[in-house]
Amino acid sequence: MVPMLERPMAAGPATDAMLPMPYRIQRVWRDTKDTFTLDLKPADSGGGSSFAPGQFNMLYVFGVGEIPISISSDPSHFPAIRHTTRAVGTVSKAMGKLKRGEVIGVRGPFGSHWPIKEAAGRDVVIVAGGIGLAPLRSALYEIMSSRDQYGRVTLLYGARSPEDILFQRELELWRGKFDSDVQLTVDRAPSGWRGTVGVVTTLIGRARFDPAATLAMICGPEVMMRFTVMEIRKRGVAANEIYLSMERNMKCAVGFCGHCQYGPFFICKDGPVFRLDRIASIFGLAEI
Amino acid sequence: MIQTIERIIGEHSFFHGMAEQHLKFIAGCANNARFPEGQLIFREGDEANHFYFVREGLIAIELMIPPRGFTTVQTVGEGEMLGWSWLLSPYRWHFTGRALEPTRALTFDGKCLRTKCEEDHDLGYEVLKRFTHIISERLDATRLQLLDLYGAHA
Amino acid sequence: MPPQTKDMVVIEHHNFDQILKSLTGLGYEVVGPTIRDGAIVYDQLSSVNDLPVGWTDEQDGGKYRLKRRGDEALFGYAVGPHSWKKFLHPPMQRLWQAQRDANGFHIFAEKQMAPKRAFLGVRSCELHAIEIQDKVFLEGAYVDLFYKSRRENVFIVAVHCGQSGGTCFCVSMNAGPKATFGFDLALTEVIQKDRHYFVVEVGTERGAEVVSMVPHELAAQNHKEAAEDIVAQTAGSMGRKIDTVGIKELLYSNYEHPRWDQVAARCLSCANCTMVCPTCFCTTVEDVTDLSGEHAERWRKWDSCFTANFSYIHGGNIRATVKSRYRQWMTHKLATWIDQFGESGCVGCGRCITWCPVAIDLTEEVRAIRESEAPRVAGAPEQDRDDSND
Repeated sequence: MVPMLERPMAAGPATDAMLPMPYRIQRVWRDTKDTFTLDLKPADSGGGSSFAPGQFNMLYVFGVGEIPISISSDPSHFPAIRHTTRAVGTVSKAMGKLKRGEVIGVRGPFGSHWPIKEAAGRDVVIVAGGIGLAPLRSALYEIMSSRDQYGRVTLLYGARSPEDILFQRELELWRGKFDSDVQLTVDRAPSGWRGTVGVVTTLIGRARFDPAATLAMICGPEVMMRFTVMEIRKRGVAANEIYLSMERNMKCAVGFCGHCQYGPFFICKDGPVFRLDRIASIFGLAEI
Repeated sequence: MIQTIERIIGEHSFFHGMAEQHLKFIAGCANNARFPEGQLIFREGDEANHFYFVREGLIAIELMIPPRGFTTVQTVGEGEMLGWSWLLSPYRWHFTGRALEPTRALTFDGKCLRTKCEEDHDLGYEVLKRFTHIISERLDATRLQLLDLYGAHA
Repeated sequence: MPPQTKDMVVIEHHNFDQILKSLTGLGYEVVGPTIRDGAIVYDQLSSVNDLPVGWTDEQDGGKYRLKRRGDEALFGYAVGPHSWKKFLHPPMQRLWQAQRDANGFHIFAEKQMAPKRAFLGVRSCELHAIEIQDKVFLEGAYVDLFYKSRRENVFIVAVHCGQSGGTCFCVSMNAGPKATFGFDLALTEVIQKDRHYFVVEVGTERGAEVVSMVPHELAAQNHKEAAEDIVAQTAGSMGRKIDTVGIKELLYSNYEHPRWDQVAARCLSCANCTMVCPTCFCTTVEDVTDLSGEHAERWRKWDSCFTANFSYIHGGNIRATVKSRYRQWMTHKLATWIDQFGESGCVGCGRCITWCPVAIDLTEEVRAIRESEAPRVAGAPEQDRDDSND
């Protein structure tokens, strides 16, 4: 039985939801050879709603198109926002060519958010695969901003290769300054790499957390999330303490176009963050 | 006939060296099966209560990778054993199996066998020894496969 | 005494045009059924003569033909390929325009300029379909302002079907044939040997106003009974039937039923069903520029979950097979819609059956699944212990 759908945090008034707001690019930098980060601020004074980690914006490149990108910044820096994007399609590639000072359109924030409040008092395990670390970064910022509210904080991050590791500075910061266990692994490495090699699920078995008092947040390719869920559940974490960020084709982001449907859910308003027990009956089904 | 299955099992190196009464029991858990081309044999996530010995044909081990679809990671062919999730809790298939060609196989009732193995630890050890061997071979093969040895950067 | 809401009056056939004229006089653009290209479609009507007077339709799976009736009925047919969504949720809609300027670019919101329209001839199934789309566009976390402005100004003249269509099953879906809500006026056309009249139920004050502009008399008991008989006859002669008991659980537990493969072998993925369905609402968004690159527009257009890349994400389509797309459509329409909006997405109008080129019938598909529910585990191989056939 599918549980009752809950109302997510809504964006601004209805009029705003379809109209992009102009944001100016403050800074661009290349994280890896196909991933880049944009720092944005509203081009006009005021405007823009605050966001919760896990939510996404629709980013519009003038005349090219619009794509959904998770907000990856520290919520306390709002109204400045940051997006980390992989340049894989027409719009993201065009976005990757924009320069400081140029304007892009921003609609949002949309969608459900990571359960930061619910994690208070618990151990937190965050598992990120590849670009999946980007939507989790804002959750990590928020957790670190009140670190003493949480038990053990563990980040398990798997990247394709050492060249593809994102946010190396933050990883160091979280590990050192904020007393969290940051474990990094790569799928393959050139000679000279002295770190862990292996898929990220292999880190779960030896991570230190209390399964009875843990909340897990997972983001990455769907197949990676499937196997991660399997390992985390094997450790004894219950389905109602595991949260995933799901992805589907997105066009309108406000529940009207129908593209992002995932079973009975609209990723844009019921997700992208889902508690596992809510989607358990369809998670892993082929072509849903 | 049960005797035919016993013969097949007795002749295969996987079962080599097993005691007569163990072989008999295992043969009793087995059935002949035929899978037409394209037939789904087991699905990722489903209960795993069987394992297979491929007598003829080819079975693809697949993973559902949205949006790529079902992707073959390995194939298991004639003379090979397939499936050990029936042995390991929570007894669920981790991958999907599909016949790439018309395939004949022996299917073994893994649920029945694992129950027996719990009672008869000698049988259990013999079975585990042999399956561990298969798993080790597959792991070696998988590691080599991972390295993309034939790629331009090799 | 002027008519009141809930009153029933009788309007003679020869005065029917006065209804249109009154509506036009009040500033409404009247749209309703008319014949074009061998089908009864919805378009502007300037007089009663634009209606398909004396025509009926013959419908079945993959079949639609118009035929002459023996009488001069104005509404003697079922529903055609159009539905009222073409006016409330139009196939193409510009969402905004943008212009490059020194500071970057500026967005210009689209002005809501919905014409005042009267829908003439809305069937009960269609009233339900409109209500279903109201839930999608007006009652969620976000409101579609384009739909809202079009919806607010609509005057609805409902019509009780005088005959069931060949593929109709509104009775199964509790969506007709009697219109019970959402109309300003509801008509039943009564054709007798010596009299041709309409029994009109006044639904709102707006409806009462229009009736007061047309010669009418209060309906007597025999008029009401004649109208009720017609509706009962229609209800008793539905073209199709579907059992909706537990249908959500049925479809949720049969995602891997072999029936999906069978229907997929027939389905062309042509998207006709979604185009004609009065509740299907999926759209896509297109961003375009002019040649100079200085001016951009965003348009919203009807889309269909049957299109190959409806579910495209980085590098591939989640629903790559026709099987998965048919399953998505039917499961959405009959099951997940209930979880999303609190009711079924289907009103039993039968359009998807009529307009499917290969006559796929979702009432038949549901029946087939119900009658042969298979477990989720993959198909068992032939089991035999005898090797002698090898």
